[in-house]
Amino acid sequence: MFAYLVRRLLLLLLVLFGVVTLVFFLIHLIPGDPVDIMLGDQALAADKDALRHALGLHRPLGNQYLSYLGDLCRGDLGLSIHSRRPVLTEIGERFPATVELMLGAMLVALLMALPLGIISALKPYGWLDGASMLISFLGISIPNFWLGPMLIILFSIQLGWLPVNERGGLEHLILPAITLGTAMAAMLSRMIRASLLEVLDEEYITNARAKGLPERLVIFKHALRNALIPVITIIGLQVGVLLSGAIITEAIFDWPGLGSLLLEGIYSRNYPLVQGCILVIATVYVLVNLLTDIAYAWADPRVRL
Amino acid sequence: MFRSIWPYIGAGIILLFAIGAILAPWLSPYDPYEIHLSEQLAGPSRAHPLGQDANGSDILSRLLYGARISLAVGLSVVALTAVVGVLLGLVSGYYGGWIDTLLMRLVDILLAFPGLLLAIALVAVLGPSMRNVVIALAVLGWVSFARLVRGQVLSVREREFVLAARTSGQSDLRIMVVHILPNVLSPVIVQATFGIAGVIISESSLSFLGLGAPPGTPSWGAMLSQGKQVLLDAPHVSIFPGLAIMLVVLAFNFVGDGLRDRLDPRGGSGRRG
Repeated sequence: MFAYLVRRLLLLLLVLFGVVTLVFFLIHLIPGDPVDIMLGDQALAADKDALRHALGLHRPLGNQYLSYLGDLCRGDLGLSIHSRRPVLTEIGERFPATVELMLGAMLVALLMALPLGIISALKPYGWLDGASMLISFLGISIPNFWLGPMLIILFSIQLGWLPVNERGGLEHLILPAITLGTAMAAMLSRMIRASLLEVLDEEYITNARAKGLPERLVIFKHALRNALIPVITIIGLQVGVLLSGAIITEAIFDWPGLGSLLLEGIYSRNYPLVQGCILVIATVYVLVNLLTDIAYAWADPRVRL
Repeated sequence: MFRSIWPYIGAGIILLFAIGAILAPWLSPYDPYEIHLSEQLAGPSRAHPLGQDANGSDILSRLLYGARISLAVGLSVVALTAVVGVLLGLVSGYYGGWIDTLLMRLVDILLAFPGLLLAIALVAVLGPSMRNVVIALAVLGWVSFARLVRGQVLSVREREFVLAARTSGQSDLRIMVVHILPNVLSPVIVQATFGIAGVIISESSLSFLGLGAPPGTPSWGAMLSQGKQVLLDAPHVSIFPGLAIMLVVLAFNFVGDGLRDRLDPRGGSGRRG
């Protein structure tokens, strides 16, 4: 276990280093002068020079890269251009909203996927299974930037049950969470079905049935527990999909999270902010993947590390 | 029996949209760029079956032209990335060694960006345009093909017929192209079909965020972005482009699933028990 952890952490550092390097050169090797892009063509030469010095853009690229790495190691992501506040502070303010949205989406996904997956697995190839397959195909194919507005039209405008926009109490979370969680639910329900079908073939299930346990106990106590282990991995891997889905969902619902911060940065050409957001999102994703693998190994004693 | 009709339904939908896209100039009742400010946001009517948008342009005509954009981007990105990914995967899996290590670390780094994030970053840096959307999606797209093919090659290259070809003195290039490639192509075709669905969604997502097609372009994503501004007054502006995206994506997913059952039964989602 220890050797595995060390190896994974080293690989993690390598990947993060690659991500940092890629993002740095992506932003710095763009055609055109970033200062021109940020200030516009009509800006005064003195203003441009001032910004160029403030951002350290007058130094050689290798030099900039090294000092950027140094700053990163100290947790310094630079200053946001317009507000002149640390990028990390701005990200920190928005982070909880994105976490809330993602947790809500995961809950929605599980609430939809568990019944669908279990029903399908109990009577495979029946009409309920067919219907649930069709539902999950629809769930995967429906674009979230369309589902969101449609939910708003139905539940906010027509029925008036739920608020339209912005973060607030639980009632504000429902529509964004459904928008973001539906695709994941579709994927999960198929995984739960496949995993449950596999487990139901095992000898210990036959054994449990043979000793006369009620079917309810066989399914929920014996089968489902084991069937959910591979599902953990899927949930972990889906975090990436959720993160990029969150960018769009936040744009639809004016949700003040990391995704909308990234988009604001892009629209206002605030490159330090954009760079910071991308780094933080990618880092979270890589870390969650690592934690998923560890959790999987811990939950399933058959996985040798 | 129930399952087997869906891929055909999918293929039928794709065919309809393809015909609509190709024949858009003849089929669409109006010029998609035609502006009638006096009729802005008018609902569906006999003259405009799907209604008019914020510029008073005919939504049906714009949908037909939008099919051109979605299908063209989907096909071109997937064709480009499949070729590049298959080549890199072949080389990586066949030769192994440092080429393999280097490529797979690059793959790891690119996969460390969740989904659309890198595409958003690239388009943000390159500037919003359809060309840059294609570039951004291509930079990302080859990764999954390369990884898939590499894995397949690793198992195929140890098989007897490859060893036989090698002992008979055939060149590496010939072994890769003639003996290995045909044996790894099935999952690539399946992946490409799902890939088209993914690219169409990604393109519309970027256009929806204002990072793809310039405003005014009849791209489905851009139409939805415009529709969001007027959601309260004119829901019909949002409804139809979204339906179009969903139908096409659903159709490619149906076909992909059918192909997977036919060509690549092991790679399925476990439906066969």
